[in-house]
Amino acid sequence: MMQKLTVHEGLVAPMDRANVDTDLIIPKQFLKSIKRTGFGPNLFDNLRYLDEGEPGQDCSQRPVNPDFPLNFPRYQDASILLARENFGCGSSREHAPWALADYGFRCIIAPSFADIFYNNCFKNGILPVVLPADVVDALFAALYANEGYTLTVDLRAQRVVAPDGSEWSFDVDGYRKERLLEGLDDIGITLKSADAIRAYEARWREQSPWLFGGFDRPAS
Amino acid sequence: MAGMTLYDKLWHSHLVEERDDGSALIYIDRHLTHEVTSPQAFEGLRLAGRRPWRRDANIAVPDHNVPTDSAERKGGVAGILDPVSRLQVQTLDENCAEFDIVEIPINDVRQGIVHVVGPEQGITLPGVTLVCGDSHTSTHGALAALAHGIGTSEVEHVLATQCLLAQKMKNLQVRVSGRLGEGVTAKDLALAIIGEIGTAGGTGYAIEYAGEAIEALSMEGRMTLCNMSIEAGARIGLIAVDDTTIDYVRGRPYAPTGELWDKAVAAWRDLHSDPGAVFDRVVELRAEDVKPQVTWGTSPEMVAPVDGVVPDPDSMDSPTRAEAARRALEYMGLAAGTPIRDIRPDRVFIGSCTNSRIEDLRAAAAVVRGRRVADSVKQALVVPGSGEVKRQAEAEGLDRIFLDAGMEWREPGCSMCLAMNADKLGPGEHCASTSNRNFEGRQGAGGRTHLVSPAMAAAAAIAGHFIDVRELTEA
Repeated sequence: MMQKLTVHEGLVAPMDRANVDTDLIIPKQFLKSIKRTGFGPNLFDNLRYLDEGEPGQDCSQRPVNPDFPLNFPRYQDASILLARENFGCGSSREHAPWALADYGFRCIIAPSFADIFYNNCFKNGILPVVLPADVVDALFAALYANEGYTLTVDLRAQRVVAPDGSEWSFDVDGYRKERLLEGLDDIGITLKSADAIRAYEARWREQSPWLFGGFDRPAS
Repeated sequence: MAGMTLYDKLWHSHLVEERDDGSALIYIDRHLTHEVTSPQAFEGLRLAGRRPWRRDANIAVPDHNVPTDSAERKGGVAGILDPVSRLQVQTLDENCAEFDIVEIPINDVRQGIVHVVGPEQGITLPGVTLVCGDSHTSTHGALAALAHGIGTSEVEHVLATQCLLAQKMKNLQVRVSGRLGEGVTAKDLALAIIGEIGTAGGTGYAIEYAGEAIEALSMEGRMTLCNMSIEAGARIGLIAVDDTTIDYVRGRPYAPTGELWDKAVAAWRDLHSDPGAVFDRVVELRAEDVKPQVTWGTSPEMVAPVDGVVPDPDSMDSPTRAEAARRALEYMGLAAGTPIRDIRPDRVFIGSCTNSRIEDLRAAAAVVRGRRVADSVKQALVVPGSGEVKRQAEAEGLDRIFLDAGMEWREPGCSMCLAMNADKLGPGEHCASTSNRNFEGRQGAGGRTHLVSPAMAAAAAIAGHFIDVRELTEA
């Protein structure tokens, strides 16, 4: 069952660069895991630590990069990530949202996201929020100026609210919103349409019989 | 009513159900699986007590972290030295056995990179919907298949329901007039397009490539171009069916035959955008303007023609782009104004789902033939995209050409494109690479990737620095 998200208030941390790709979010050596959990300590591994990360290390013993914001004391326990344009570009690896969620992020705010990453977030209880670039600029300024800066993200009302009361609305697709509000399982919902899928399949088999039969016969 | 685009046709022919909330269920004809993004999906099925909806739509092949070294590869799965990689490949074998999914195993001659194997075996056919837990699934759109990458939750969803929960994308047409010049390839065109529209330029769109230059491309060139769509932000890249497509598919192991073939071809002939189809956006390029391309930064949009220079961040219009370029130059160890030709690769990688097909290897071999890799290049890897590509290359003697030049000839797999196996860059090393991503650390922590075509990678290996391949081939 996916974790629900309705209203979330949390400490904000910055990821102040454009085109943060999924290799940066979770480097490939950690993709060898066959599990869905435990990626948090390796989130942004190349930026967070000074050594080269390997699967199975005790990350608490590794030298941390003191210049990387997530290592600053003021951003510990952040659960909202403020980011720049095209966040999550690159591969389809769901390990990226798994790592963000495992670290403790529930919401990412950016001017734009890459398509596959955006979609993957909703499957893992993370809300990606698109706000205009000038608003994101202002949020970065406020975040840097105020230690302990928090934001409230209200999914039902589709609003981000700042401590000073200013607020911004955001768009989210209806079906994604419902599923995240309720923590619903996509597969369970889709299987309610099993009859429609079977009906389509029968028609399609009639129309395109060459697409059925599988890959068992040996290649010539 | 306005005509439909190719993407519109593929979408509508696979629509199972449209919902009031804006979502839709799309039927999936082909689901390709590999070892990296599937274990958690199979685990999900297991925990929920679910079985695959339709076993005959699925096929699996390990590719991402299989070793490419011949000696290590001989031992099969049990011989993989890295225990973590071994477990992942083993897990794919076990899951395929448990869930009754056909798998092309590690040392089968048909094994290879999933996006090379699909079209090569006739698993990918025109008009299908095809998904895979890998963003370069856009490759298959070269055959007018609606194909895109999905996350692991969706891998599980497709296995369990044969459908995807989706939302229709917008239509973007990239029209390329004229013909690409000699020595200029689909890879250069792809990089030039990304340089033009940016790495997020295609976000939210399905791209259809059209125009004279696209029609003139071979199927393999079209695959290279569609493969790179995701680097422009588009999950989907498409090209209409024409004789080149039909000729490519005919006779493939899993392609229909006889009466079914005729029926299929008749249906496939309609897989093009109708006259008058409306695109949300159109981008036009002239093929004649495209020169061999080399990336200089850490995003595929950071690209320049080989006769160009590394740009100056201070001259860039947007502060975000300037900041990104500054950071990229620092990471790459390059100064603004450096001629691209002065960049010297330490390693060369020819391979990946972008550029590891037989035509790619032929193009590289044509440059390398009778020459030697420069002394300053520590390693030049040639990794064929599949066992079939390898066999064909060896039949043509290409392996000898590479070996005689001082290059390494490897077993098929993803290899140094993402460096999940032992093939990787050391910190600070520059690489002339035919892969698709020049992200920080992609090919190894601290590694510096320059994306190029196979001919350009081969030329850089010989010259020891980037050079317009036409200077070597026209001499």
